[in-house]
Formats: sequence, structure tokens, C-alpha cells
Amino acid sequence: MISLKERFIEAFLFLCSLLTVLITLGIILILSSETIKFFSEVSIIEFFTETEWTPLFANKKFGILPLVCGTLLVTTIAILVALPLGLTIAVYLNEYANQKFTAVVKPLLEILAAIPTVVYGFFALTFVTPLLQRYIPNLSGFNALSAGLVMGVMIIPYISSLSEDALRAVPKSLREAAYGMGSTRLQTAFKVMVPAASSGIIVSVIMAISRAIGETMIVAIAAGQEPKLTLNPLTSLETITTYIVQVSMGDVPRNSIEYSTIFSAGITLFVFTFLLNNISFVIKRKYHQKYE
Amino acid sequence: MQKLEARNVNLFYGEKQALKDISLGIDPNTVTAFIGPSGCGKSTFLRCFNRMNDLIDNVKITGDILIDGRNIYKSKINVDEHRKKIGMVFQKPNPFPKSIYENVAFGLRIKGIKNRTILDETVERSLKQAALWEEVKDDLKKSALSLSGGQQQRLCIARTMAVEPSVILMDEPASALDPLSTAKIEELIYELKSKYTIVIVTHNMQQAARISDKTAFFYLGELIEYNATTTIFTNPKKEQTHNYITGRFG
Repeated sequence: MISLKERFIEAFLFLCSLLTVLITLGIILILSSETIKFFSEVSIIEFFTETEWTPLFANKKFGILPLVCGTLLVTTIAILVALPLGLTIAVYLNEYANQKFTAVVKPLLEILAAIPTVVYGFFALTFVTPLLQRYIPNLSGFNALSAGLVMGVMIIPYISSLSEDALRAVPKSLREAAYGMGSTRLQTAFKVMVPAASSGIIVSVIMAISRAIGETMIVAIAAGQEPKLTLNPLTSLETITTYIVQVSMGDVPRNSIEYSTIFSAGITLFVFTFLLNNISFVIKRKYHQKYE
Repeated sequence: MQKLEARNVNLFYGEKQALKDISLGIDPNTVTAFIGPSGCGKSTFLRCFNRMNDLIDNVKITGDILIDGRNIYKSKINVDEHRKKIGMVFQKPNPFPKSIYENVAFGLRIKGIKNRTILDETVERSLKQAALWEEVKDDLKKSALSLSGGQQQRLCIARTMAVEPSVILMDEPASALDPLSTAKIEELIYELKSKYTIVIVTHNMQQAARISDKTAFFYLGELIEYNATTTIFTNPKKEQTHNYITGRFG
């Protein structure tokens, strides 16, 4: 016989978990219904093939591609910074540094991810961009390059910490086998440890990409607000997140077509991160099977 | 000349002394068994010969260890190069999460050998020596992790032999295996004696009696008795050895 108190606690815990599920469902519901409204006025073919995004102009065009392109360009720059640095840090902490050093440095690195992103944004705009302009004269004041570089620094801990965890989870016996064969530290790290931890490392990179795609403040402050279908990192552009900020802070009337564009942009973003999270989930599951 | 020689070896984990003044010599092309109860230092001592204890923080070693008359702790030797000459097989089979072929070729690859013919020949020769060739020859691209425990351990032996070390250290190589696989490994050790000097740590006294020429009995970090295996098991000189092999403790 379960006491009344136990039942009450159980019901309370159940309601808590139910709430989070309901909130998620609510978000998806609102996103979808607003998106359906949007697509009743704009053709889905135009949405994916049109190369201009000008919903706020007199001549409205609704092509999401420039925003997607801007998002992916900034994310790519960020990953190009964060992956080599983050992985090198992870390998160094795991294979070279002594344990005391790792215990101190790892939390310190994680502070990078805890700095408010608005600080990063202004750092990119007022420090990195002027610095880069000294070497790249045609760099515009708002640009993808400095936003991407700074975002890369921000996501380093996602890669370094999670990759270090993955390397640490590799059975000690594999390390011993590698050293026993006469491998150097570098060979042990990159021929045995990194391949053995590869699924965990890939998951860390996907988490970092997911974080970079959803990042808002840095790009909103430093990358500009001009939707452009370009791969040139030196000009200003606009990401999906920046567009959503721009419109929701502005004075577009509710229930107008301009207003519903933010939901169509939002669901695009959601689809990206949802897919990435699922990919990492699948890889993680495979990875756990391997070392059980 | 003796293949391996230890002179007054002491080893400390921090403050704790794990090996106390151990001296012994091992002849080439013999099988030597280290026996003793858990925690007696036999594995720790085995790992002194290829400096695997270097991987643990806070380990201090005094005394000399000589291989072919060369002191591996004193002279400025390259530890990685040294380990290439001393093979090691561990308690738990630890193949790399790569294909069977790549596992055996690993030692050559880290030496920078890329020649396909040399790699192919070495993989075949080593797998044959480890008595695994017939079982895997049609499927060398298969993941090593898909093999059974006994096959994995023979793969690890093949991987070790691929780089042609002169000494093979074995740390309880059959303790995680079933009796049939154990028998195969023992048979293998017996055959390998002609080419290699083998040192094996074992918990299994019958195993030590079956395969080794000489046996060393360790207890609480000390080398209690070291002699021909038949002498140790039929006519031990020390009381402790007698008690251990007759199963009174350990």
C-alpha cells in the first residue's frame, strides 16, 4: 500500500515532466500553425528557390536561402576555428597534461561558454573587426568573418570538453596497447585514441554546430542585417536568428505577412537543430553499444 | 649473456613500496613464469621491463634493469624505440577498434612502413605464428572487435609479433579466456619459445608448471624464490613457496 504522501510526490513529479513536454509541444504547435498561415500566402517553392529575402520592403520576396546561407557561412567559420583548436586542447589535456593541470584548466575553458554572448558580440564589433580591417582593408564594418571567428572562440569549450570526455572514456587498455607497441604520444593520440573516441568527438562537433546555428547576439551585433546570398565572409549578411530579432523588435503589425515570416524562419532554424540533435543522438547510442 | 637482468630493483607508488630489492636474470629463449598472490608486485615488476610504469604518475624506480646488457633506466634510451623491441600482451584482450589487418599492421605503420607487400606478408606471417590465420584469412577487413575473446587475444599476440620483438611480456594472457582458448594460447607460448624470450605473469599454477622453464615466486613485493620450474613445484626451498603452491594461502 503506497502512502498518500508518496502518491502526491509521484503526481507532482509526473506533472513537472508533463509540463516540459507540453511546452515543447506548444512551441511546435504555434510554430507550425503560424508557418501554415505563412505558406497559405507564400508558395513553398518560392520560399526554397527565391534568392532574395525582402519581406519588409515594398517589393516583397520570400526566399529563405540568403538567411540559410548566412547562417551556414558564419557557422562554418566558427567550426573552422573551434574544431582544430578544441580537438588539440582535448588531446593535450588527455594525453600530455598531468591530471592536476587538466582538473584546473577544463573548468576555466568552460567559462568561455559562460560569457554573455552580448559581450562577445561587442568584442567582435569593436575589437576584432577594427583589428582585421588593418590587414583586410575592404572588410566592411559588419561582416561574417569577425562574427564567425568570435563565435568559434565561444564554442571551443563545447568541442574541447566533450571531446576530452570522449577521449577519457576510451578504455585504458587501448592506451596501454598503443604504448606497449612503441607508439609515441602523438601516435597514441591520433592513431588510437582519437579514432577510438571518434563518435564522441563527432557528437561534440554536432553539439557545437547546433549551438552556432542558434547563436543570436554575436551575429545580430557584428554580422549585419543585410540578407545576401553570398559566400564572401568579408561583407555584411544576415542570419536566420538575426532576422527574427530584427522583426520581433521592430514595429511590424501582428498577423501581417511580415509578422508570420519570423515563424517560417523560426521553423527552418528548428528543423536544422532538430536534425542535428537527432543525428548526435543516433551516434551517441551507437557509441555506447561499442564500449559496453 | 642473460637476455633480461634486474639488479636491486625497488619501486615506489608515492610513499608505498611495491617492489623490494629484486634481482634476477632471465636466459634467452626461455619461458619464465612470475607467480604469487594478488598484489605481490609480479605485474608491476613485469612492467618495469618495458617501462610501462612510466605511464603512471608518482612512480619512482631505483636499481638497474638491463636488456641485452643495456641499462634501460640509466642510459639515455628512447622509450618508444625500446618498447618496439619488447612486446607486451595484456590480461584483457585489447585489440584496437580497427580491422584485423590494421591491428596486425599497426606496429609497422607507426614505424612509417607503407609498402603494401611488406605489410601483407607481415600480417600473414604474424597471424600464422599466432595460429589465427586459418580462422580469419578470408575476412581480414572485419572489425577485430567481432572476434571471440580467445581470437582477440591471439590477434594481440600476432600484433605484438609483427614488429619482431626479442622479448614478449605477458600479463596473465589467458585469465579472461575459456579453457579451450587457454590451451591454444599455452600451446602457442610453447612454440614461440624458439624465437622469443617470454616472461609470463600468471595466477594459474598449473599453467606455470606446464609452460615455463623457470619460475619466480613473489610475495608482498619481494622475490621469495627463483628457480627451475620443476624444482619450485616439487622441491621448493622456502616455506612460503611451499605454502603457496600447495594452496595454503593466496
